[in-house]
Amino acid sequence: MENLIKIIKRDQPSRAIFFLTPVLAIFLTLLAGGLIFYILGFKPFEALKFFFIVPIADMYGFSELLLKATPLCLIAIGLSFCFKSNNWNIGAEGQLTFGAIVSGGVALLFYNQEGFYILPIVILAGAIGGMLYASIPAILKTYFNTNEILVSLMLVYVSKLILDYLVVGPWSNPEGFNFPETRQFSDSARLPLLAEGLRIHAGIFLALASVVISWFIFYKTYLGFQMKVSGFSLKTAKYAGYKGKKMIILVFLISGACAGLAGVGEITGPIGQLHREVSPDYGFTAIIVAFLGRLNPVGIIFASLVVAITYLGAETAQIFMQIPKYTGQVFQGMILFFLLASDYLLFFKIKFIGSKK
Amino acid sequence: MHKIFIRSLVSSLVFLFTLTVSAVAKDVKAAFVYIGPTGDHGWTYQHDVGRKAVEAAGFKTTYVEGVPESADAERVLRQLANSGHDVIFTTSFGYMNPTNKVAKEFPNVKFEHATGYKREHPNVSTYAARFYEGRTILGTIAGSMTKSNVIGYVASFPIPEVIRGINSFTLAAQKVNPNIKTKIVWAFTWYDPGKEAEAAKALIDQGADIIAQHTDSTAIVQIAEKAGIFAFGQASDMDKFAPKAVLTSVENNWGPYYVDRVKAVANGTWNQKDTWHGIGDGMVVISDLDSAIPADVRAKVNQLEKDLASGKVHSFTGPIYDQKGNLMVAEGKTADDGMLAGMMTYVKGVEGDIPK
Repeated sequence: MENLIKIIKRDQPSRAIFFLTPVLAIFLTLLAGGLIFYILGFKPFEALKFFFIVPIADMYGFSELLLKATPLCLIAIGLSFCFKSNNWNIGAEGQLTFGAIVSGGVALLFYNQEGFYILPIVILAGAIGGMLYASIPAILKTYFNTNEILVSLMLVYVSKLILDYLVVGPWSNPEGFNFPETRQFSDSARLPLLAEGLRIHAGIFLALASVVISWFIFYKTYLGFQMKVSGFSLKTAKYAGYKGKKMIILVFLISGACAGLAGVGEITGPIGQLHREVSPDYGFTAIIVAFLGRLNPVGIIFASLVVAITYLGAETAQIFMQIPKYTGQVFQGMILFFLLASDYLLFFKIKFIGSKK
Repeated sequence: MHKIFIRSLVSSLVFLFTLTVSAVAKDVKAAFVYIGPTGDHGWTYQHDVGRKAVEAAGFKTTYVEGVPESADAERVLRQLANSGHDVIFTTSFGYMNPTNKVAKEFPNVKFEHATGYKREHPNVSTYAARFYEGRTILGTIAGSMTKSNVIGYVASFPIPEVIRGINSFTLAAQKVNPNIKTKIVWAFTWYDPGKEAEAAKALIDQGADIIAQHTDSTAIVQIAEKAGIFAFGQASDMDKFAPKAVLTSVENNWGPYYVDRVKAVANGTWNQKDTWHGIGDGMVVISDLDSAIPADVRAKVNQLEKDLASGKVHSFTGPIYDQKGNLMVAEGKTADDGMLAGMMTYVKGVEGDIPK
């Protein structure tokens, strides 16, 4: 008996499948998730309902979804500049943290002061902080030939230690019994809320702007074309005479600015101060978002919403069904796993053939 | 006609009354918000033991674990308050601001925040344990049993809670052995087995033959077990993780307080409080003493535990001097709660400086 299934290499990757595989990955994740719930002894459909529908069933829930998706979308857009051009910036979490540190420091400078000029300065400071921090792996890569994956990753831990040091020591709230947190920022240093009673804030416009601008750069500019060529083949880029170093530094700076802005959004939005945990690893989760969105700005919007709901759903599922909250992370892992696995279909065709006896 | 009306009115009133009484008595739902996983065998694990005591007392409970102190805490709190929970225990310091913020929006829900100091609304209480009393016991054992006169101490963050523990431990050890030195390594984490293990190894290299900890994992006692030295467990009884090394543990026992407060909500007697309970109220519990502890030390420790519980002995009784020799507490006096709450200087006998 011969194989019933035959695997054939495609001549070139299928474009339809390129955008279909993320959908397939999400579908497989739901299927596997339901199976896991079943094995754990929960009703799969009820569990999936609490995971993916209940959290966003009302206006408040939906606003929380947007709040959660905002930093993910911003960072993932930034990362897509790097990933498209073959630069593996894994340290968005560090750039976010450093952006938060710089903008938080500026916000603390304006403690107890009010004025319309404060918020723009605070936001700008965050973007600059993120850019500065992203420039380290970029410069080391271009001039000293270091591996940007390692450098950017290790710098994440450095940034968290700097934040620890600041909130425990020099920046800690003088009236706060030495607990590791700063004072609360003044109202002028906080992003305005979009609606009374909801936490969704003006940071979402930063994310939307990043989507539009990145779409324009990717598909309408020379830089976008350079990135695309470098992504396909570094040698071709060299033959074409592109100044590689300049582009590498530029994409890292853009990526760092986006991550820094995400940090600003967290501390001047819902948190309102600096403390040790400004981000629940958004910088790492955004890597999943960027790939799930196929490094496409519109795709990233959808991907950030899908990943954001795994956070919200995990909480709801634990509150109402006592399902361990860490299943949220399992879902995030499964999405990436199934996405990578189904990418196989990009390059190979599966053909079903009749059995021969 | 009239009579029937009155009778039905009375009976329906009685029915309504019993309905409300039973509703008040048993339908109270309590929620718990945890910073870590319930299986950490440390801080969160012990809070969950307390939650189970509330369940055993006949109340419904809900918990959410691994809630980061980021923007997510507020959402979890709001969702719990919104889904029929009458009292919510938030069990990590970083939940302080979100707890107060959400409490303002839900004046009918009671909030209980562990280890914080903000009670901005009448429906917010705070609670913490006098763990330093337990550390007085540990210091007494360590001072009696050290041979190298160097005692290691893995600390988490330089906040009054931790400094107070180091001081209480060192004062007690000095009382039985004036020559001891307490060496501190700051791990800057509450829970990180890798970092905690490194800290313990560094202390062993510096000659420590007993290690105390103010971090939550079982890594330190396991390192001590391998090195053949002694250690103390933290938060839960860690004896089973290092049977030879662990002399005893200071257990966080939240159950009685939790049951008490949930019952108060059920009876309508809940009021805003700032609770700080120690050995006497059973919030701090000393685990069984290991057989390696000599009989005379054991007797002394048992007596000390009783005296701490009754208030006859206070962990911070003068004379107490700081590292530079300045008097902190005069002879015959004890440190008041205000001083304890803001304690940010080492006592004499502790080596090194508090990180700034």
